[in-house]
Amino acid sequence: MTDHALEPRGAAVTWHHVGDDAHDHGANATVLGFWIYLMSDALIFASLFAMFGVVSTAYAGGPVPREIFDLPLVALNTALLLASSITFGQAIPHIEAGRVAPTRFWLAITGLLGLAFVGVELFEFSHLIAEGAGPQRSAFLSAFFTLVGTHGAHVTVGLIWIATMLVQLGRHGPSGEMKRRIVCLSMFWHFLDIIWIGVFTFVYLYGVLR
Amino acid sequence: MKRAAGLLLVTALSLLLGGCEKMVTMFPTGDIALQQRNLILFSVGVMLLIIVPVIVLTVLFAYRYRWSNPNKVYDPTFDHSTKLELVIWSCPLLIIIALSVVTWTSTHLLDPFRPLDRIAPGKPVPVDAKPLNVQAVALDWKWLFIYPDLGIATVNELALPVDVPVRFAITSSDQFNTFYAPTLAGMIYAMPTMRSELNAVLNKPGESWGYSANYTGRGYSDMRFKLRGFEAADFDGWVAETRAAGGSLDQAKLIELIKPSEKDPAARFASADAGLFDRVLNRCVEPGKPCMVDVMRRDMERGGGDPNSHHMGAGMPSGREAEPLIGDRPKPALEKTPEEKGVGPNVTAPAHGH
Amino acid sequence: MTDAVSKTIFGRLGWESFPIHEPILLGTFAVVVLLGLVIVGATTYFRLWGYLWKEWFTSVDHKKIGIMYIILAIIMLLRGFADALMMRAQQAIAFGANEGYLNSHHYDQIFTAHGTIMIFFVAIPLVVGIVNFVMPLQIGARDVAFPFLNNLSFWLTVAGAILTMVSLFVGEFARTGWLSYAPLAGLAYSPDTGVDYYLWSLQIAGVGTTLSAINMVATVIKMRAPGMTMMKMPVFSWTALCSNVLAIAIFPALTAAFFLLMLDRYVGTAFFTNDLGGAPMMYWNMVWIWGHPEVYVLVLPAFGIYSEITSTFSGKRLFGYSSMVYATVVITILAYLVWLHHFFTMGAGPSVNSFFGIATMVISIPTGAKIFNWLFTMYRGNIRFELPMMWVVAFMITFVVGGMTGVLLAIPPADFVLHNSLFLVAHFHNTIIGGVVFGLFAAMVYWFPKAFGFKLDPFWGKVAFWGWVIGYWVAWTPIYVVGLMGTVRRVHHFDDPSLQPYFIVAAVGGVIILVGILGFVMSIVMGFVKREQLRDTTGDPWDGRTLEWSTSSPPPPYNFALTPVVHDLDAWYDMKARGYERPADGFRPIHMPRNTGAGVILAGLALVLGFAMVWYMWWLAALSFVGLLVVAVGHTFNFKRDFFIPAGDVAATEAKRRPLLGVGA
Repeated sequence: MTDHALEPRGAAVTWHHVGDDAHDHGANATVLGFWIYLMSDALIFASLFAMFGVVSTAYAGGPVPREIFDLPLVALNTALLLASSITFGQAIPHIEAGRVAPTRFWLAITGLLGLAFVGVELFEFSHLIAEGAGPQRSAFLSAFFTLVGTHGAHVTVGLIWIATMLVQLGRHGPSGEMKRRIVCLSMFWHFLDIIWIGVFTFVYLYGVLR
Repeated sequence: MKRAAGLLLVTALSLLLGGCEKMVTMFPTGDIALQQRNLILFSVGVMLLIIVPVIVLTVLFAYRYRWSNPNKVYDPTFDHSTKLELVIWSCPLLIIIALSVVTWTSTHLLDPFRPLDRIAPGKPVPVDAKPLNVQAVALDWKWLFIYPDLGIATVNELALPVDVPVRFAITSSDQFNTFYAPTLAGMIYAMPTMRSELNAVLNKPGESWGYSANYTGRGYSDMRFKLRGFEAADFDGWVAETRAAGGSLDQAKLIELIKPSEKDPAARFASADAGLFDRVLNRCVEPGKPCMVDVMRRDMERGGGDPNSHHMGAGMPSGREAEPLIGDRPKPALEKTPEEKGVGPNVTAPAHGH
Repeated sequence: MTDAVSKTIFGRLGWESFPIHEPILLGTFAVVVLLGLVIVGATTYFRLWGYLWKEWFTSVDHKKIGIMYIILAIIMLLRGFADALMMRAQQAIAFGANEGYLNSHHYDQIFTAHGTIMIFFVAIPLVVGIVNFVMPLQIGARDVAFPFLNNLSFWLTVAGAILTMVSLFVGEFARTGWLSYAPLAGLAYSPDTGVDYYLWSLQIAGVGTTLSAINMVATVIKMRAPGMTMMKMPVFSWTALCSNVLAIAIFPALTAAFFLLMLDRYVGTAFFTNDLGGAPMMYWNMVWIWGHPEVYVLVLPAFGIYSEITSTFSGKRLFGYSSMVYATVVITILAYLVWLHHFFTMGAGPSVNSFFGIATMVISIPTGAKIFNWLFTMYRGNIRFELPMMWVVAFMITFVVGGMTGVLLAIPPADFVLHNSLFLVAHFHNTIIGGVVFGLFAAMVYWFPKAFGFKLDPFWGKVAFWGWVIGYWVAWTPIYVVGLMGTVRRVHHFDDPSLQPYFIVAAVGGVIILVGILGFVMSIVMGFVKREQLRDTTGDPWDGRTLEWSTSSPPPPYNFALTPVVHDLDAWYDMKARGYERPADGFRPIHMPRNTGAGVILAGLALVLGFAMVWYMWWLAALSFVGLLVVAVGHTFNFKRDFFIPAGDVAATEAKRRPLLGVGA
């Protein structure tokens, strides 16, 4: 049960860790911590998905999915976001290898695709609201706008983050700190992609098909 | 100090015992509440089998192994014993297994939606017995009871004949209330747009109180109803009395009743229109407001099933242009013009509106 | 100034929003302002602002942040308890013709504020504070994984607490019960500022709690001392880990629920409305998916505290360490599967109800096993009845009763009688006071000398102990009884005079608890006065067993001069038993995080944002929101976040401490 049996009393025991104390505060904890954060964010989305599921047919006499969803537009949006994940993937080997210019190039492309995504989404929203299918019309529309809008807000945060990284890469170059930030950003970006696949399937496709 | 403590103890004990007959949940007059009481007593008994030894052992060990006791066994290495571990996991496990079995069966047998199969211990429901239907509606802040079979209605007064199965249909106009009749059958929520059911029977005549057990705002504290149990003949007398008293409950009267009010006295209506309960349930008490059940049916027709064969519901605007179903929807904060913001009151300001 | 202009600037804030005609509140306000002025004045006079700002407010040291959390909790405890006494007084007198001294408008705010404050701003900060202070020391770490985040989490919690307190003097708090159930809390039925205060303060504090939980989990996983495998980790750290994992799993549900309710109120969506297809039930589900596990978030660390104390004061290893760990993990998982028992009576159907009822009862199996483990830790022990151990014994006797009534309420047909009655209220006070509060007091007494270098005054500590224990039983036994008499909760006036004696006894109990609370404050004051007599020079005043006792009291900023290597459970006991000697040389520079004011500024902006949103001052809300973004992004441009304590400084500090500490133990 105890370790006493293994080491006789008084034997020379190491009591201290005398390695170099470069004890990098949370160097490897950051990625883990960010991962845990993403899990909690996923649970917020799970709650919003659940809410959407509960009221997904509560049209309250208002428009139904088939009447308002423009699938080609959504397909374009999906393509934009998926493409942005691929372009982000292009940036990763470059930052690992410490090459600043191509990293910035691919990040910028990713940002532009993300910006286009947000733009299309805003266009879709304003179009719906102009038609009277705004978030106040029915619980279904409330949940639709909230779920899709929360995802869009996350993408916007991602865009601010990308812009920040572009500036900081210019100032600090590919330091360890910067690498870690970009790895976290890439996790965040891919995470949003996964959420979007859920939104696309569960909200748009399933909504139109049922 | 000691005397004061002693006095306190005596007072406490006499309160505990003196309150017996007042302890309505322990001395109920309805068969369902009685079975619930028995279940409480049984499970407390079973749990005491483990709670009492734990408390005794805590005191005993604390006393015996105290620092100042020289006559004790002190064994600092005693930190594991497979046998003991087996005991300490299995004792609670056995008790919970026993309680789980009881829980499963009693939850099904005492499900409020389940029709009664007995009216008292050893007295099955007579084959020809016709249950009395009562529709209970929680309003702000009073209870409305409609007797659809008798065509009468009451406010804050629930009269029931003894030994007759009663079937409650329960809903609410605006808030989540709880229909709570501790002497009769415990409680169940009364919720807007939802229909709860409760099957119960009263076994003794006499008066007691029923409540809303879920907080609903300003007038909640006084939202009670008198529960009156009558022998069959007396109940008929009560019905006749109600019918003779006059007053009728129709849609207009219901709209008036639904407006928030506090401490309403008991009231009776000699007649009650049919279908009022369903109007509250479907949130279409106001004339011209479409009923939820119709809206939902039409929603299903338009939104579900085969996209090529959907057809519009009749008599309603098509979905895309339809106006919101509620006319006086409060304006959300972000839509308010500066003038509409009003002034946020402080604690002393009485609540306006609701 | 025209109405439109003033309303654009001040939103719905007007003269009516201030309780200028309310003597009690005005008096309270005057006292608060006076006290505030005295504190500000004294701080200025003694030139403490710089010290406070540099050494405390901007500190990223987990020990200081832990202490600040605890101070916040104690201040908020006084507020929450004042609410409790007001309720007890009202219910003791409001019978028949006597309407009491509070109308429902007041009373409803008081019980809402009481519940909200006690859970969110007393229990959570106390637990987080103790975990913050103790856990890194216990696992042999220099700090938590993300020191800045820790500071930010704390200040966000403070911002939430301040916003709640502001509602006392500007506008009003919610009148909707501590979970602000829909549809009552919706715009249609609660248009005033109350629910907005509630939502914004809890949302801001909730972000802090979530971030803190992420931080603690990463700390336990990544920063344990070499040799400390998971199964050699002290039980308190285990419970801290499980509690925080659980917090991460549940807080998003609450955040989402509050977010959707905010949208209902500000944007006019229809999530929790009765009309337009809203589903108020969904709000109940989401808040209880958070709410029930939250109880375990609070009580698991308390269980850890009892484990450490029982083992230390019995002079024994904890009985059944591994079964204790498994029990903790099992409770963590099961906690997620029981929320529906809060609304059995909504009629979910017998099979669903049975499932959740039985799942709830199953939790009592690992909990029962824990109780037995503490019992058998005492068995064949050598128990020193110092204050922390007294709290443990009081806990065991009190808590089992609460556990029993809990299992009773988990049986659906029994719940059909007792749900929402005062029996239920007595039950959860029984478990939270008897389980959580007793544990937190035990923890404060136990670890106080570690934090400050001297023990709390034992006489006043005993006054606190007896006040709480006797007060609890006197206050809550009659409430159990009136619950069985069919009395429901949240009622501010009664008709039945036969209930009055019970409420009077309960009020007396409340006063006895007040004695306990004041006793605790006095034990700090008198402890400080007599600090030289109560001084702990050894760093190990209770003959402890875990690593936090191996360093000095209070610990140096870097906690451990050299990172300890762990060979056994009860690492410090092992070190003492095998003749460990403190190092005199061989120190190296220590890498430390740098203090930063960013946390205070961000939390301050969040507070302004919340206030502006509550009062509909859109311009201010937009400004503070942009400010939040700018400061947050700006903070990422600060790359100078750390520094090294030179080896010489470490050696000097240690040399000063060494003679005090004695050698070996």
